[in-house]
Amino acid sequence: MRALTWQGKHDVRVETVPDPQIVNPRDAIVEVTATAICGSDLHLYDAVIPGLRAGDVLGHEFMGRVVETGPDSTLRKGDKVVVPFTISCGACFFCRQAQFSACDNSNPVESQEASELLYGHAMSGLFGYSHMTGGYPGGQARYVRVPFSDVGPIIIPDGVPDEKVLFLSDILPTGWMAAENAQIQSGDTVAIWGCGPVGLFAVQSALLMGAEQVIAIDHYPHRLQLARRLGARTIDFRHSHVLEALLEMTGGLGPDAVIDAVGMESHGFAPDNLLDAMKQKAGMGADRAHALRMALTAVRKGGRVSIPGVYGGMADKFPLGALMQKGLQIRTGQTHVQKYSQDLLKRVLNDEIDTTFLISHRLPLEDAAKGYRNFHGNQNEWTKVVLTP
Amino acid sequence: MRSPGLPALAGVFAVSLAAGVIVQIGARDRHRSDDAPGRTARRRDFGGYRVEGRTVTINAPRSDIYEHWRRPEKLMRFLAEVTRVEERPDGIFLWVLSASGDKLEIETKLVEDRPDELLAWRSTEGAEMDLEAKVQLRDAPAGRGTEVEAHIAYRPRRGIIGQWAGTLGGTDPVKRGRQELKRLKMLLETGEMATAAARGNF
Repeated sequence: MRALTWQGKHDVRVETVPDPQIVNPRDAIVEVTATAICGSDLHLYDAVIPGLRAGDVLGHEFMGRVVETGPDSTLRKGDKVVVPFTISCGACFFCRQAQFSACDNSNPVESQEASELLYGHAMSGLFGYSHMTGGYPGGQARYVRVPFSDVGPIIIPDGVPDEKVLFLSDILPTGWMAAENAQIQSGDTVAIWGCGPVGLFAVQSALLMGAEQVIAIDHYPHRLQLARRLGARTIDFRHSHVLEALLEMTGGLGPDAVIDAVGMESHGFAPDNLLDAMKQKAGMGADRAHALRMALTAVRKGGRVSIPGVYGGMADKFPLGALMQKGLQIRTGQTHVQKYSQDLLKRVLNDEIDTTFLISHRLPLEDAAKGYRNFHGNQNEWTKVVLTP
Repeated sequence: MRSPGLPALAGVFAVSLAAGVIVQIGARDRHRSDDAPGRTARRRDFGGYRVEGRTVTINAPRSDIYEHWRRPEKLMRFLAEVTRVEERPDGIFLWVLSASGDKLEIETKLVEDRPDELLAWRSTEGAEMDLEAKVQLRDAPAGRGTEVEAHIAYRPRRGIIGQWAGTLGGTDPVKRGRQELKRLKMLLETGEMATAAARGNF
């Protein structure tokens, strides 16, 4: 089959690789009908996530038709499914309390070693996201083997266009959980750093959850435009002083909750970020945490901090003082996708949430490398790329 | 002119400081100040034995877990490094392993067998490796399942050098033990063992 493979930094290619097979009893094989490039795939493209090997098949946002099932799968051939990017067993301590992205049993034991050493505990399995999270071949491919197919995949009723539900795989629940982690109360201002797909879904979610005001921060005019269209007010950090603007836009109080939808590759020319960028380039395991530092400084006393942005390593010059002295609460984590699947599917089918507005480009899978190049290099116009095999 | 006595004085000071630290550590060992398992001690002296262990919580009844450790055919399902386990009369268990390429046969005797609670094996006299292995089962709090604690005391073959070589070469028995416990957990909780391998048995 054809699949997008990672070969090295800024080098991805569509190649022919062996078709997947059923390996475990609960597996299913899905023939992909639509898949997307995620902002977090760009961290792989930039080679800042450890544990990638040349030839790895990327992609963790995908959907398709079930073409084969293992004896213990509950899916049926022909089912249309969206597959969550988190692989979860449904039975362990974590899955039983709906912390699906912390599943103990989905990352093969050999590949648990790295995260156990680095993070103190083993991470769960994810599709197409390095060998630290299992080395599972991803969804930017014609076919995908889906483990624990009785737990993850969301069955989609017939007649629903792929693009409408595809993002249930990651970015929609990720934006939703980001807003949930902000613990929004009436009257709240929520400030969101990053108007990429997750940030934009966080804008929608925060407004649906009753935020009085959502302020979206970025430097790409087109992305800020999309946020404004959803009902957010915006700050362009190239034009305005963010901290001062946030104070002035919140009656001098500061935002009640902040969301970092940027993650480990912050943009901008602040001194701390330049230093981080140098260290990240030198392979010192340093994350560029500029946006998070700013968010911690901006949030009001006693405020809430939600971090859906992906981090992988270490950060220094971290405003611990602000965190403690202002009495902040932090909530973060990979998304517990399966926890939100049914509720969000309903909201999408009822048109409560617009999912297709952010798609800027549609390409055949064969052109996936072009998609990566532009999503990486022209972020203003390339807001979301959907690929079809 | 520099005082010739200064380096000597510094040397004496350093030696006495080191001695003081050693005495301190010794004193701490004799009067344990904590409740942590012995194998987690910073300074470890088990008379030439290496003592390692790991606890996992498995969401399965104690009897299921006990059966998996007690029955050779079930042991074979999750002990990936063990190529054969044989139970002989008089509680003799023969374990055949392939450690860094060479075959290793260890004869042990089941010295404790308390159903749903405790199993312990000790190598028989003249066995290829001197070891004692123990599996203890306890109820985890609040219905979280069973805490499975597996520990092993063994005399590393080829001593400390062999131990380091094994660690560097990826055949570290501690790592293998940890992975085998996790395989058992996967098997009992999900009915299968996670793998990203492209080919399987179906």
